[in-house]
Amino acid sequence: MIDVVTKKLAFCHLWVAFGAFLLACFMGEYQVLERSGFIPAIESPSVYFASVSTHGVLMAFVLTTFFIMGFGYVVATTSLKQPIWNPQWAWAGFGISSFGTVLAAIPLLTGKASVLYTFYPPIIGHWMFYVGATLLIVGSWLWCVIMIMMMREWKQANPGAPVPLAMFATAGNALLWLWTSAGVALEVLFQLIPMALGWMDTLDPGLARTLFAWTLHPIVYFWLIPAYTAFYVLVPKQAGGYLFSDEIARAAFVVLIVFALPIGFHHLYMDPEQAKGWKLLHGVGTFVVSLPTFITGFSVIASLEIAGRLRGGKGLFGWIGSLPWRNPMVLSVILALLMLILGGFGGLVNASYAMNAMIHNTAWVPGHFHLIFAGTTVIMYFAIAYYLWPIMAGKPLFSKDMALVQLWTWFIGMTILTTPWHVLGLLGQPRRISGVEYNSLLTLAWDPYELAMIFGGLVMLGSACLFVYNLAMTHRSQEVFEGEIEYAEPIHPVTDLPEYLNDFTLWNKVIAGLMALSFGVPILQFFFMKTFGSSAWGF
Amino acid sequence: MHIDPLEKKWAYAAVGIAGLFVGIILIDALFHGINAPSNVETIDSASLHLSEEFDEDNLGVQVDESGTITIRMVAGRYGFYPKHITVPADTSLTFRWVSMDVLHGVHMPMTNMSTMIVPGYVAQVTTTLPKPGEYPLLCNEYCGIGHDHMWSNVSVVAKEHWTAPGKAPSKGGQDND
Ligand code: HEM
Ligand SMILES: [Cu+2]
Ligand SMILES: [Cu+2]
Repeated sequence: MIDVVTKKLAFCHLWVAFGAFLLACFMGEYQVLERSGFIPAIESPSVYFASVSTHGVLMAFVLTTFFIMGFGYVVATTSLKQPIWNPQWAWAGFGISSFGTVLAAIPLLTGKASVLYTFYPPIIGHWMFYVGATLLIVGSWLWCVIMIMMMREWKQANPGAPVPLAMFATAGNALLWLWTSAGVALEVLFQLIPMALGWMDTLDPGLARTLFAWTLHPIVYFWLIPAYTAFYVLVPKQAGGYLFSDEIARAAFVVLIVFALPIGFHHLYMDPEQAKGWKLLHGVGTFVVSLPTFITGFSVIASLEIAGRLRGGKGLFGWIGSLPWRNPMVLSVILALLMLILGGFGGLVNASYAMNAMIHNTAWVPGHFHLIFAGTTVIMYFAIAYYLWPIMAGKPLFSKDMALVQLWTWFIGMTILTTPWHVLGLLGQPRRISGVEYNSLLTLAWDPYELAMIFGGLVMLGSACLFVYNLAMTHRSQEVFEGEIEYAEPIHPVTDLPEYLNDFTLWNKVIAGLMALSFGVPILQFFFMKTFGSSAWGF
Repeated sequence: MHIDPLEKKWAYAAVGIAGLFVGIILIDALFHGINAPSNVETIDSASLHLSEEFDEDNLGVQVDESGTITIRMVAGRYGFYPKHITVPADTSLTFRWVSMDVLHGVHMPMTNMSTMIVPGYVAQVTTTLPKPGEYPLLCNEYCGIGHDHMWSNVSVVAKEHWTAPGKAPSKGGQDND
């Protein structure tokens, strides 16, 4: 049973997340139209960059953070069977994050903070944007504390027992987010806000980029962990089978959390302010963090195979056909894996130290992260929402068929949108341009791809509308639905778990060590070198 | 703790795949000198015209006594200066980039001439351009509302048809201001 407080909290968080998502999808479609240059009447760089800044912030910070918090409260109370630790804190967190979102939205929507979601100085936007973004993060820190406290309380009440896998992953993600957000928090508090308010005359853009890179990699794992959590703890049950291995799942989460952090310099491969040895070190770490994804892919496919065979599937591939393809969660995971395979290939190119030069900051990059973030990650957010809504609302999903159509169209639209986007990158198109002004023959080849992107975006926008409509209509149903969240059982029940797979105290220390190793000197160098600050610029 | 033998095999395979990539990257970096631009060299972006190296007269293509070709370029909203340069194909070229204002990035499509240009730092890239032709240099990091308009041109000509530009006057040319 999900208690009333948790339901309320979860619905509030998830509606903020999906409201932001829908609004941002409209902006996304406007962007592909505007940048194509096919409709001269809507050409406007200032509107375009205000829109991309808002779209990026809504998708990368608002959708994700609110979704993760809302889902986290549900996981914590249902897997631990324990009420929320300090619900007032939870509401305070929600309030602070929501207030921050509104504060940031005002300058974004009025074109006073067209600094994109990465806000690289020395371009400086309106101070309200930075303060709002900070509050959004500060609110989420309260959620982190609640998750960690709940895991600790449960462990005290159940000494020696294995923490449920779902909660192990969620508390790990909370710890990851505390570490992750520290980098950007330092940048915003000590550089951007003082600069935006005029308290400081200059800042070092090299230091700012280094601090931002601290956050920029692990943040994608913060977004991804709920999807992986669903892979391990929800999918096997929905498919009608068992989790392949509980222990290996824990090990995968640990490696993901520990190694996501000290590797952010793969975002700085092309930067002059860090030396190649550090880049190489972070580059090697980047491949270490690909390991848990390999393992996760294996585990999920193995769990699905067990389910398929239990349902009567025979032969090498026969089990695939006998999976319940009409279960939204199962369909989502299949589509998510397909996008993960395509996106993972692109990721290997990005991560490869020298190949990166070919695609760095080209259209390839947004093509890649739409595929893996808006694709793999967000399709699992959809799946989780479809699963939670009837249970939490106590009413059946408005339309299961609509949900299936929605998931397929998201996948198809995504393929149509991102394939040409990758090609444009290989053809040399930079990312983040509002139109093609280069007087070069080279650009003639770009047009057909832009057209395909408009179409793909339209399919996705339609899909996004169906998603939100389906959830909204579910609330209005008169029927009653009774169900509980069912977590998958592992084939082999966990009995004696080593403490390092049941707790994060040790890993927290390992992270501290690795962060000191990989970021210590690269940050301190700015205080030892003779550097020259930059003054603030508008945009 | 229970680990399925099949899963163990897969884990070894995954480590092998990642190890292969790491190996290739390390060998390239350590033995073939294939590295990203990383010279960690600072400069005062606010007074480039007073710096000797990036004084206006000194920009563009230069060949020193030993025949090394260095190309000094300034990025500023919204262009790369000088707006047009001519360089030889199949020859090692060292580009030195600085910004006079905000963050920019630059790449030449279809080549690996790519770097971020961070104010306060000199970004250096050494590469060879195998194919003669007309190439644009495109700004690839958002640098303001005019970002779309930030580009300039490079003519890459066959080695035999390229002549070194005359040595720039040593000092005393006009300044930006
Ligand atoms: C209707 C679907 C969508 C369309 C058509 C779309 C389209 C776009 C376009 C055209 C850009 C600008 C890229 C550039 O200027 O280089 C963009 C940026 C971005 N999109 Fe989407 N998008 C969609 C959905 C999503 C979703 C679901 C997410 C993530 C959950 C997402 C995350 C982002 C982010 C973070 C940026 C900022 C990139 C930057 O600042 O460079 N988008 N999108
Ligand atoms: Cu990254
Ligand atoms: Cu620029």
